[in-house]
Parts: sequence; C-alpha cells; structure tokens
Amino acid sequence: MADIRIENLRKEFGSFVAVQDSSFTVHDGEFLALLGPSGCGKTTTLRMIAGLELPSSGKIYLDGEDVTFNRASARDIAFVFQLFALYPHMNVRRNIGFPLLSQGMAKAEIRQRVEETARLLQIDHILNRSVSGLAGGDRQRVALGRAIVRRPKCFLMDEPLGTLDAEFREIMVHELRELHNRIHATTVYVTHDQHEAMAMADKIAVMNHGVIEQFGTPQEIYAKPATMYVADFIGSPPMNFIRFTSGLKSGDRSILLDGVDVAVPEIHQDMAESELALGVRPEHIRFSDASRLRGAVYGSEYLGTNQVVAVETPGGLIKARVPANRSFQIGERVGLEFNPAKLALFDCTSGRAVPSSLYQETRHG
Amino acid sequence: MADVVLRNLAKRFGDTQALADLDLSIRDGEFVVLLGPTGAGKTTTLRLIAGLEKPDSGRIEIGGRNVAAEAPAERDVAFVFQQYSLYPHMTVYENLAFPLKAPVRKLSAEEIDRRVREVARMVRIDHKLENRSTRLSGGEMQRVAIGRALVRRPAIYLMDEPLSSLDAKLRAELRLELKRIQKELGSTLLYVTHDQVEAMTMADRIGIVAEGRLMQVGTPREIYGNPANLHVAARLGQPHINLLPADLLPGGQPPPGTKTIGARTEHLDIIVGKNANAEIDWIEHLGDQNHLHIRAGNHKLVTLADPYLAIAPGDRISLTLRDPLYFDAGGQRLS
Repeated sequence: MADIRIENLRKEFGSFVAVQDSSFTVHDGEFLALLGPSGCGKTTTLRMIAGLELPSSGKIYLDGEDVTFNRASARDIAFVFQLFALYPHMNVRRNIGFPLLSQGMAKAEIRQRVEETARLLQIDHILNRSVSGLAGGDRQRVALGRAIVRRPKCFLMDEPLGTLDAEFREIMVHELRELHNRIHATTVYVTHDQHEAMAMADKIAVMNHGVIEQFGTPQEIYAKPATMYVADFIGSPPMNFIRFTSGLKSGDRSILLDGVDVAVPEIHQDMAESELALGVRPEHIRFSDASRLRGAVYGSEYLGTNQVVAVETPGGLIKARVPANRSFQIGERVGLEFNPAKLALFDCTSGRAVPSSLYQETRHG
Repeated sequence: MADVVLRNLAKRFGDTQALADLDLSIRDGEFVVLLGPTGAGKTTTLRLIAGLEKPDSGRIEIGGRNVAAEAPAERDVAFVFQQYSLYPHMTVYENLAFPLKAPVRKLSAEEIDRRVREVARMVRIDHKLENRSTRLSGGEMQRVAIGRALVRRPAIYLMDEPLSSLDAKLRAELRLELKRIQKELGSTLLYVTHDQVEAMTMADRIGIVAEGRLMQVGTPREIYGNPANLHVAARLGQPHINLLPADLLPGGQPPPGTKTIGARTEHLDIIVGKNANAEIDWIEHLGDQNHLHIRAGNHKLVTLADPYLAIAPGDRISLTLRDPLYFDAGGQRLS
C-alpha cells in the first residue's frame, strides 16, 4: 500500500482545460472521493493517476516514486470500472484468480490467495459456482475480488455503482466501505453522487470546471463549505441561500435580514456593500412562533424519522428538516429560527465563503 | 375528476401472474402511489386502467361506470410515461395545446389559450412557451410532458415513474411541485414508482405491491409506523429497518410466537459505556446526520445519529429496544 501525491497536475485537450493545476495527497490507506458533475475533470484526473492519460504538466508520485510518465501496466494499481465485467465461461474461482494466472504465479499460491480473498468478501462458499448463475450482489463481489486479489498499491474506481438501482447501491456502498475498513487499501473513487462520496470517503475533493473547489473530510466539506458551489452540491436537500445586500465589518456577530437581526458566527473580514447570501442547512432551522422571520408552508415531505418542510419566505423557498411528529398544512404560517453557530455567509459575486469563526479551526481548499 | 375502483383484477402474461386479486379504491382528489420493485405489477395496473391491456378477470370502474368495453380514448384518463415523449417539431405552447385541439373537445381558441397558460405557470415553463421542445433541458421537457397531461382534466392521471430519468436535485424539486399542483387542481392521481422517497413524500396513500399482489394500503405514516408484515417494513425507511432475532437485545416485550424483531432508529436507545452489549463498527458521515454501523453479537445494525453525538468507532455501547416491531415465523406482524 502507498500514498498518492499529485502536484500541479494539468490536462488540456486542445484549447479546453480539463484539469487545472490540481495538487493533493491521498495518504496511505485513505479513501478519497473525486466528486463533481459530468465534465468537471474527475475522470480525467483518475485516468492520469492510472496512466491511461498523460498530463499536460505536473507530477504524479506513487509511494514516493515519480510515475508521471510510466505506462499503466508499470504502475502497481488496480482499476475498477463497472463492477459487472466477468468472464462468463469461467467459474468464480477462475474469475478471481485470472489476474494472478496472467502474472505467471504458481498454482498453489494462486489457490491460497483466491481463497483468502473470497473469505474477505464472504463468497468462499460459491467459489466453484459458474458466474452466470449468480445474483447481482455476488457478481459484484466476484468482480471486486478480481481487483483486490493482486494486492495492488492502490485502487482506482470510476463510478463502479453507477448502473445499480438505489436500494442495491446502498448495500454496495456499505460493503465497499467495510471492505476498505478490512484491507485499508489507498483508494481513489470517482462519483457524481454526493451521497456515495459522503458515505464512503475519508476525504472528498469537490471538483467543478476542472478545479478542485474544496478538499477535506466529509464533515468539513458539509459543515464549512468553501464556496456556494460546494454548499449547493453537498446535502439533500442542499444548503438554503437567503440573498441580501449589505456591507460587513470584521467582528460583526449579526446581520440584518429583512429588518430582522440574525445572529451569525463572528465575521473576520470587512466587506463593502455587496450581494451576500446567508447559507443555512435544513437541519439548522427550527420552527418558533416567536421568530420574526416568517413564511407560509409550501409543502412538506414525510420521510419517516423526520420530514422536510418547504416554506415560502420573502427571501425565497427555504427547506427545513424537522422531526416527523407533527404535520404541517399548506399555507400554514410559521416562524423560522436558525442555529447561529452553524450559519455560513457567502459573497455572491465570487461565490466564496466570507471568513468567520465557523471556519476558524482549519481552512481547506 | 372521479373515483376509480379496481375489483379482483387479475392479469397473466404466459406463465407469469403479473397481477392477482387486486382490490383498490382511489377516491376523488386522492394521490395514490403504488410502490414496488420492477416486475411487481405496478405498470400492468396502470395499463389495465388506461385500457392498454385487457384484464383476465375483474372489474374497473371510473366515476362509477364499468369501462371494460371502452377503448383507451373513451376512458378519460391521461398517461405520463417515464420517458417524456414530446412532439419535437412543436413549441412548448403547441405541445401543451395539442391535447385540447382534438375536434371532439370543441374548445374555443380562447379557452385553449387560457388553459395552456395556466398550466404552463403551474409547471413553471411559462417563460419558455415559444421555445422548440427539443431546446429544453431534461427537467423542462418532463415538466412539459406533465403539463400536457394536466391541461386535459381527465377523470384520473396515471403516471409511470415520470421523475426517474431526472437527476436527484431536479427530482426533489419536481416531487414538491407535483404534489402541490395535484392538491391545487384537486386531481385524482395514481402514480407508480420503485423509489420509496417519492412514495413517502407525495402520496396521500401508498399501496405496497410485490409479486402481483397488493400487500398493504395506507397513509405514509401508517405504512411506515404500522407495517402489516416484514416485506412492507423493509420497503420503507432509510436506513433500512434492522431485522434481529427475538433474543438479541434487551428492552423488548416480544409476544409469544415472535421470530424476528424489526428495529428502526426510533426503536433503539444507545448509551455509551454502561453495560455494553454492542460496539460501534464504523460511522458514515452524511452531513446532516450520521449512520452508526453497530455490531451486536454476530449481527450488524445501522441507525441514525445526530452528527454531534460524541461517539467513535470501537466505542462499546449499551443498545436497548424501545417498542420495536414484532414478526412471527411467517413474517406477519404481531402486536
């Protein structure tokens, strides 16, 4: 196992810049998710790490060694595409053992490695079955087995769960992470699904237009978004933005929203009057009759343990996640109260977060 | 708008019993969602009501009349498919107006114009009325497709996974809109999906369908809180309900015959440290909440927790049941 270090990596296709001067490190044993919409550069980044694409500039180090211009086969990595590609005429044992056989490994050792891998994936009872008769979940496990049996320095995965239906994807997300917990292989995982990234990754790089907008743990990215783009991409429903125009002074602890004083984390930067947005996560809102920020219920979505209530306010539609124990009627008037410690402020022109005590401890991105 | 009643509906395709003994009444103005996996018989039900298939037995009533002898066009239903099928050579306006222009409807040009503009506002496409339908994003096209069904005011709208081809964010927005429009118009709507969130968030009542049978019908709160059997309990809830042997955890009062205990987040009490009977395996940080992956004996459980709860992988915890769900060996709910 190894760490992966990326320095000023850049890729241009003609005049189009697919990846702009990215630098980050995936530490030994870490699970990194490259997250973003299609066309953001995440797959290109992954393909450069794999050696399937050469960078225009920059360096890639694998376990300290410069592999920037090494061929894919000369890098000790396993690339997992869609997990379903199995050899249909072979049984489970031969499917898993195939990469070792093609390396010329001795039969006895292959046998031992295959059985060890199968135990890890809890498929040792089906080793002699034909893969064509297997259920979807077992097929995926076999495909994973074929990737991990080589014990490569790292795994690169490109939307491996993309084609699965929602329920089964949830199961595989848990299995992939539990497998990672057992073997601790350095992993880079590409996805456009924020839920997959949040659920599995130790670190997430949120990408947009070839740029890494933020790099950090799922908790940091969720609670301290560096940009409006990140705040909107992560979370379901995403962060609410309430736009307003105002100046800010360093040391301010409140803002004026529609004539109502709203407490916020201490501002750490002066700002001239401009268009700003208050960022509020749905779970940091509660309903309070005492609040002067008011709106009318637009709709509610019951989710079992909790519910999401959409409220029409002068500042736009705001979604709140609240306990499911009471029902709301469309049109009902409610007051909104925010958890002041968790609020973010953004400069709408640049899209960047305004420095405040919310971001005090560490700032990534 | 009208009541729709299905009685003992059955349909077989070759060796496959697609639908068996289906009984369902949809009240005027009600939003009913059929929830089930692919092949459960959901789409077959819609196609039978629309007249696109003939039932082997059973009866379909729309607004009190038996529609067995009626052709699809006579049944006064509007169907929205998964893939929006718009007329590519027409503008948004023309696509919306098209269903109203049939000569049998005898609507005046003013009436058509009024309805098109009203519906366009409802589905929020009124700013693009003159655009070619091919020049729209996927979400806009699907809004036009839904709008084209809405202009007609049929007895019932039949919708077959209309949001499933859209991305997650757009789907969430349209869920809220569709529910609101349906309430505004007071329309009767039968909607089929395999997505539990769509069912929970939009339906007045959910029907859980499996292998051609309707297993339970009720409000989302009834289905979630009071499932009739294991299958229904497992269809709703995120994370998935934990199914445990009767004697694994303390705190329950299993009635005689209990084989399985179903425990959701709200049925589990966690205390760190004291009299531990379980261990935190790993934690999934989803932002607004965490999923705790817990190991108790040889069993794995997943439960929701507040992200600020001070708990770490490897922590020993005491896990106690609080009014969980009990099931017998056949999977039927015991109380």
